Amino acid sequence: MTLAETPRLGACPACVATPAAEELAARPTAAEGPGSVQISLPTIHCAACISAVERGLAGVPGVRNARVNLTLKRVRVETDPGVPVEDLISRIEGLGYEAHELDSSVLAATEIDRKGRDLLMRLAVAFFANMNVMLLSVAVWSGAEGMTRDMFHWLSAMIAIPTIAFSGRPFFESAWSALRVWRLNMDVPISLAMVLAVALSLWETSLSGKHAYFDAAIMLTFFLLLGRYLDYRTRAAARSAAQELTALEVPKAWKIEDGAEVQVRISELVPGDVVRVRPGGRVPVDGEVLEGTSEIDRSLMTGESLPAFAGPDSQVHAGEVNLTGPLTVRVTAAGKDTALHRIADLVAVAEAGRANYNSLADRMARLYSPVVHVVGLATFLVWFWISGGDTRLALNIAVATLIITCPCALGLAVPAVTTAASGRLFRKGLLIKDGTALERLAEVDTVVFDKTGTLTMGLPEPLDLDRLPRRHLEAALALAEASSHPLARALARAGRDGGLRPAPATDLSEVPGYGVEGRVRGQRARLGRAAWVGAEAVPETATYLRIGDAAPIALCFADSIRPGAEQAVDELRAMGKRLILISGDADAAVRSFAARIGIEEVISEALPEDKARKVAELAAEGRKVLMVGDGLNDTAALAAAHVSISPASALDAARVASDIVLMNRDLGALGDAARTAVKTRARIKENFRISTLYNIVAVPIALFGFATPLAAALAMSLSSITVSLNALRVR
Amino acid sequence: MEVLAWLIPVSLSLGGIGLAAFFWALKARQFEDPEGDSRRILNPDYDDHPKD
Repeated sequence: MTLAETPRLGACPACVATPAAEELAARPTAAEGPGSVQISLPTIHCAACISAVERGLAGVPGVRNARVNLTLKRVRVETDPGVPVEDLISRIEGLGYEAHELDSSVLAATEIDRKGRDLLMRLAVAFFANMNVMLLSVAVWSGAEGMTRDMFHWLSAMIAIPTIAFSGRPFFESAWSALRVWRLNMDVPISLAMVLAVALSLWETSLSGKHAYFDAAIMLTFFLLLGRYLDYRTRAAARSAAQELTALEVPKAWKIEDGAEVQVRISELVPGDVVRVRPGGRVPVDGEVLEGTSEIDRSLMTGESLPAFAGPDSQVHAGEVNLTGPLTVRVTAAGKDTALHRIADLVAVAEAGRANYNSLADRMARLYSPVVHVVGLATFLVWFWISGGDTRLALNIAVATLIITCPCALGLAVPAVTTAASGRLFRKGLLIKDGTALERLAEVDTVVFDKTGTLTMGLPEPLDLDRLPRRHLEAALALAEASSHPLARALARAGRDGGLRPAPATDLSEVPGYGVEGRVRGQRARLGRAAWVGAEAVPETATYLRIGDAAPIALCFADSIRPGAEQAVDELRAMGKRLILISGDADAAVRSFAARIGIEEVISEALPEDKARKVAELAAEGRKVLMVGDGLNDTAALAAAHVSISPASALDAARVASDIVLMNRDLGALGDAARTAVKTRARIKENFRISTLYNIVAVPIALFGFATPLAAALAMSLSSITVSLNALRVR
Repeated sequence: MEVLAWLIPVSLSLGGIGLAAFFWALKARQFEDPEGDSRRILNPDYDDHPKD
């Protein structure tokens, strides 16, 4: 029943259910034993994957037990204390699967899924009661008379009343909380129909009347609970996904205390503390470098694809990645005061503007609720007047009308479709974080892409290696293999793939922040930054090689295209969407990339505000914008767009701001998501039409007083089943 | 008609047993990983090793 669960009503069940934020705030501290770790595995999908991962992990010393959960795509590993998680992750990655560590304390909240189980339990009780009451009702419909019929009705009452009291509670609670603040939601007519149907049937039974609506009341409860459960499940999946993503960033840092490194939570750091940032690690705080030289990857923050130099006195910011050498950083701002968090706060403002989106379900509910009440009351009054004051007859017909108009199929119309669609997209690696995201995605006519980290992997790829003499390449390869700098690693990978062997080299040493030097074939050689090597810098991303006293050679790199990016761009263009590329990167790099991937509209060197402004301008022109981005510089634009998508590698803030998250590396699912969204909206609308059509046929029958409990039961189940089957067509 | 006096309690209690079984399964977390469980039958490994 999404219809009732609009956040705006303030009295809806969705608000009663603790939102993710609150759960995060109240996260239990030690929910799991010390040696238990959860690891997200976005790419596993089959029986072979399960056994490969479980067996692989069992082979790691210190692992007691590993159990994969394929539904949630994660593995829980129990280990002896002191087994580093990195070992487990590198083992899984060695098997060829993506793996990210999850913060167990955040996840604990979703593990104990009380509300889901509670709903399921109520659903099971309603189902059980429905079967039994239906059994008795069939006997009545097939002609039980007199005493027998009364006995069956009493038996039904005995089953129905406790069942409805138990299973109907979510509806009663929600209706009551809405009524208390003088509002109407979908649960008000539902509760009214249930209570009135049971009360009237009791009265009828006590007068040995012919018709009792116990079965209808229970069936109503069952179908509506089913809708509510499906809806809850999609929401719960989204909520746990959101938590899983927060959990992806394990908030720990290495603090230096009395000369020793201690692992502490980032929340415990205060300005003035000194932390160590290892190569490959993310900078946890804002601060200034005390010792060490390295290069810093700022691409997530600014979109620059070129690493920046960092040495003593240079400033680093939370979210940047340290590349080559260890850095000792004095904290100037931690936690909520970091630049990263300040930008994240700006996002909240942009998001508030989007909250007033009217979902299809909202619009339908607003139309529907008052109509049902007015029709019910009018029926009662008109029949009271026609029959000359026969309360019993008038009430019978009014209740029959209420039951028939009760939005049984309507309650299933949206949840059934969104459940089917999100399930389908989840299997393709897309997480739908927001219930209305698919509806909004269906309306999109303009797609704005970020470049670095979104359409590209943020991983460089060497260009034109063939034009260099083999001798130089072999020397470069030998030097590159001694470094973990991304450019060096890319060079080493490309060289190996090209069948090259490194030249014999000695005395290799890495000078963090500058490059690698050593003796290759007896000659001194350097590979690294232009100034250090003694070369003239070129505008592209490049590293420079100098052998002996020969002229330095520039090795140029381009960012490698994310797999599936070309397919996604082609498919979206074929669907007639306007494509725009906005990047904070240098103009030349952006233009050459746009030409490669086939996007004509390009805006380069854009500041974060420029991106958000462009999105706002497009929205002002009446365009519905889909923003695809990953960096902190995209966050405001993501929040301002009609709907937004970010890859799982994106920064925390960007993922929080977006509606859909891509869990695997491939962008190819984007086109499919857009198609599924259009289909989803079409099915939802069809479902509304089906249930309206059913009302158009059934309501007059009820109004004229021809509706029997049998007719109500038939109509109700038929329409619900049609709607559910129609939803399955999304798959 | 006396047969009803038997049949109705019997059908109710049978249904009740089913309901109780479902409650047990729910409490025992049998529905935690439906996707994975459906694939694990293809797996020759033991979930829990039988005691030799």
